[in-house]
Amino acid sequence: MSQTKQVKQLDRVIIRFAGDSGDGMQLTGDRFTQESAVFGNDLVTLPNFPAEIRAPQGTLPGVSSFQVHFADHDILTAGDRPDVLVAMNPAALKANVGDLPKGAAIIVDSHDFTKRNLDKAGYDVNPLDLLGDANDPLGDFQVHPVDLTGMTVEAVKEFGLSRKDAARAKNMFALGLLSWMYGRPTESTTTFLENKFKKAPDIRDANITAFKAGWNYGETTETFVVRYEVKPATLPTGTYRNITGNLALSYGLIAAGVRSGLPVFLGSYPITPASDILHELSKHKAFGVTTLQAEDEIAGIGAAIGASFAGSLGVTTTSGPGIALKSEAIGLAVMTELPLLVIDVQRGGPSTGLPTKTEQADLLQAMYGRNGEAPVPIVAPQSPGDCFAAAVEAARIAITYRTPVMLLSDGYLANGSEPWLIPDIDDLPAIDPDFATALNHVSKKAAAAQEDGSAAEPDEFWPYLRDEETLARPWAIPGTPGLEHRIGGLEKGDGHGNIAYDPANHDFMVRIRQAKVQAIAKSLPPLEVDDPSGEAKVLVIGWGSTYGPIGAACRRVRRAGYQVAQTHLRHLNPFPDDLGDILKRYDRVLVPEMNLGQLSKMLRAEYLVDAIGYNHVRGLPLKAAELAEAIGQLVGEAEGVDVDLGEHGLNPPADHEEAPLS
Amino acid sequence: MSTDLNLPTLRTGTESVPAADGPQTAKEFTSDQEVRWCPGCGDYAVLKAVQSFLPGLGLRRENIVFVSGIGCSSRFPYYLDTYGMHSIHGRAPSIATGIATAREDLSVWVVTGDGDALSIGGNHLIHALRRNVNMTILLFNNRIYGLTKGQYSPTSEVGKITKSTPVGSLDHPFNPVSLALGAEGSFVARTIDSDRKHLTGVLEAAAAHRGTSFVEIYQNCPIFNDGAFDAIKDNDTKEHAIIPLVHGEPITFGSRDATTGMGDKALVRSAGGGVEVAETGAVSPDQLLVHDAHNPDPSTAFAISRLTDAGYLNRSPIGIFRQVERPTYDDLARAQVSDARAKVEGSGPERLTQLLNAGDTWSVG
Repeated sequence: MSQTKQVKQLDRVIIRFAGDSGDGMQLTGDRFTQESAVFGNDLVTLPNFPAEIRAPQGTLPGVSSFQVHFADHDILTAGDRPDVLVAMNPAALKANVGDLPKGAAIIVDSHDFTKRNLDKAGYDVNPLDLLGDANDPLGDFQVHPVDLTGMTVEAVKEFGLSRKDAARAKNMFALGLLSWMYGRPTESTTTFLENKFKKAPDIRDANITAFKAGWNYGETTETFVVRYEVKPATLPTGTYRNITGNLALSYGLIAAGVRSGLPVFLGSYPITPASDILHELSKHKAFGVTTLQAEDEIAGIGAAIGASFAGSLGVTTTSGPGIALKSEAIGLAVMTELPLLVIDVQRGGPSTGLPTKTEQADLLQAMYGRNGEAPVPIVAPQSPGDCFAAAVEAARIAITYRTPVMLLSDGYLANGSEPWLIPDIDDLPAIDPDFATALNHVSKKAAAAQEDGSAAEPDEFWPYLRDEETLARPWAIPGTPGLEHRIGGLEKGDGHGNIAYDPANHDFMVRIRQAKVQAIAKSLPPLEVDDPSGEAKVLVIGWGSTYGPIGAACRRVRRAGYQVAQTHLRHLNPFPDDLGDILKRYDRVLVPEMNLGQLSKMLRAEYLVDAIGYNHVRGLPLKAAELAEAIGQLVGEAEGVDVDLGEHGLNPPADHEEAPLS
Repeated sequence: MSTDLNLPTLRTGTESVPAADGPQTAKEFTSDQEVRWCPGCGDYAVLKAVQSFLPGLGLRRENIVFVSGIGCSSRFPYYLDTYGMHSIHGRAPSIATGIATAREDLSVWVVTGDGDALSIGGNHLIHALRRNVNMTILLFNNRIYGLTKGQYSPTSEVGKITKSTPVGSLDHPFNPVSLALGAEGSFVARTIDSDRKHLTGVLEAAAAHRGTSFVEIYQNCPIFNDGAFDAIKDNDTKEHAIIPLVHGEPITFGSRDATTGMGDKALVRSAGGGVEVAETGAVSPDQLLVHDAHNPDPSTAFAISRLTDAGYLNRSPIGIFRQVERPTYDDLARAQVSDARAKVEGSGPERLTQLLNAGDTWSVG
């Protein structure tokens, strides 16, 4: 029985799919995201999963979720609180219900609310039995119990699968239902399933059938009477694709190879959440990319350094624990002044910490985590798609300045996704390896032999003779006749590069290595400050993946009628030359970070500015509404007024991200 | 799931390295840096041997790379006028792996010591051997830590009195040859710093081998472990201390018979499946173990390596224990890249544009 369904317009929706680790929630969320991307919404996603591949089934630690925020305008975060929760079992409900705002919709797979599963999740009573009662624990929400598993098994019975295999298609049933509810285009998912299960026709057909059955169920059931419409967003013109940070970063490395003409050599040891970069690059040998899965983290960077010495773009990818192991080798790359990319996809620490959760607590490790004065440029992407440009920029610095460069991504950027405006290759910076091919120094002997006093032709190669502007040394690769030379970890004599222990030389070399890194600042564009009125007294400054939440928080504050300025750092070392002046323009400087105040410490040290920290280390992105309240409070102090963000802060009903003021 | 790796034809170790235009001299391979080892150090002899041997390889000097770690022996690259890197402790094999994999046209050498290769860098050593990366590893084994001034090393005998073990070291030593054989080494040899002829012969065979050639060089440290190899160096004792391994010949040692040239002691199969020493005259000639370095099964080579004294060195097999052909990691890695490249058309920028625009895309405006 089909009936006329009401269609309601919304400007944005946040959906969280949650289930057991084995329920396929990441895939489900990913497909919904892809459908929304093709539809033309702006979107941001937040996958959140346990470190265990299969944590005990049905338990709270085993819950895996995927949140997608999609909108008809440009958005910056995956959203603080979901409007819709899809919970595939009691544990998924229990683990996520606390994040929901009043009035949120919950769709649960009632089939999985068995005594056994309720026990595992710690429910004494089935909450579904209490719906509508006076003591209904879910009374604040619109709860829709649906027998997802039962209907899926029924829908796919013609394929003769075991009950277990049949039930596994329930995530596609749920996806079909949600796709109907939000008017998502379905072709991309159908095509995806056809490809994914090409070799298993029964499974393929069962999944496609379950997906369609979910859609049809929405169409016919009386449980859901409203469909929603979120119109496409108006974004800058161009061609878009949805992309995760790790994929964008991988493509950025390939692009750096193409732009520089250098073969890319990745030496890496698998580690969450960086492994996908190794996986991705290993598929692109046709671009001249070599990937070596090394025996350990140190060998990964060792091989990359060797490849760089031999004339490749050496890259190593890892997370914080791996950086700790690679530290000595990074110091070797500093000393030998070889191009090298060290990519740290940060995760919760210390030690093994929270392998699958995000954090920004490796900044000081990247900055200072080596013996001796060992300056390393640091670059950080601000969104998943931005990982592409950040990788190209890191390569530009590494190759131009002959230095290891740290690229600080994080777990949220790595696995989160957003629509990405595909760049034109020709617009990417040109990167010139500029290999040394000729002798570059006149020996004393040769100079003395010039009796007429004219300049002699160079008769020696000095591997540490520097370019005047960049202070970079020549990169002479093996196979270049006449430029044979030896480099290593021992202190170098200025210019000639031979082992040198004398005090004045060491002092000079320590300073010149620092000056070389500092010289990079001259090549950086002015820092962009978003200060719409030009009258803000408070500046919010961040780095890395906090860009989204900070931007969203600033929008809230402005919507509420207050002024605030925002800037975001791509370069953490060296800082842009104009940063000091910008900081001095504001009465208050707030530094939100997912650590205990690492950038704020660096800003304080560098500029003697009273940088105020806003710090959360929960393994999750900062929440925009909470941050907005903190900014509001600071605006109040700076301007001597009482600030009430009203519905734009933590107060209901606005749990949504604000659109920008037009 | 296995796949056909399309194995390249096996070649010599230096076949893909460009040849020199003409004859070269040891002097050309000698850098202008002052050599700074202690007087009497065995490293001098090895350096001289290598400087004299390299010209004979007939390779372009600029296509030779020496990589070392940390320790006395690791200063080696500074004294050769080739490309070189004096890296960090224990990591030379990993750096050399990157160099050798990135560039087919380079002859890659690793110079390391017993501490560098077997202690801090043990992991990289075994994995280089396992992968069979085309490089030659020279392990200078002086059975002591020299640069840190005299602590025991992973090849020191148990009970060694050193600065860090005033009442005797406790840990059992590695036998580097046994270790290399166990790590799937395709070329495993042992030689002596003071025997220039033998050393050079082994270096030639090591360079000719395509894959990881592992060469243990017994090297005397006159400051901290003087005399560690006296038994195999002293003219009066070396006949009895050295078990010479020559492919295709019965393995005998001890006092040589003037007519047969055979030693009075020989290696024979033991009842337990291993190898043991017998009186040559007490066994029939067909019982004598004939050395087969090319045996695909490393068991006998390993059994022979176990005849090395773990304590003070009174006896040791010397020579090429094993030399077998096995595809190298770097050849295979390059083949995968070139195969992938052969299958695609278009310039790098064109293909990159295609890659970025692949999958589900949509246009705005």
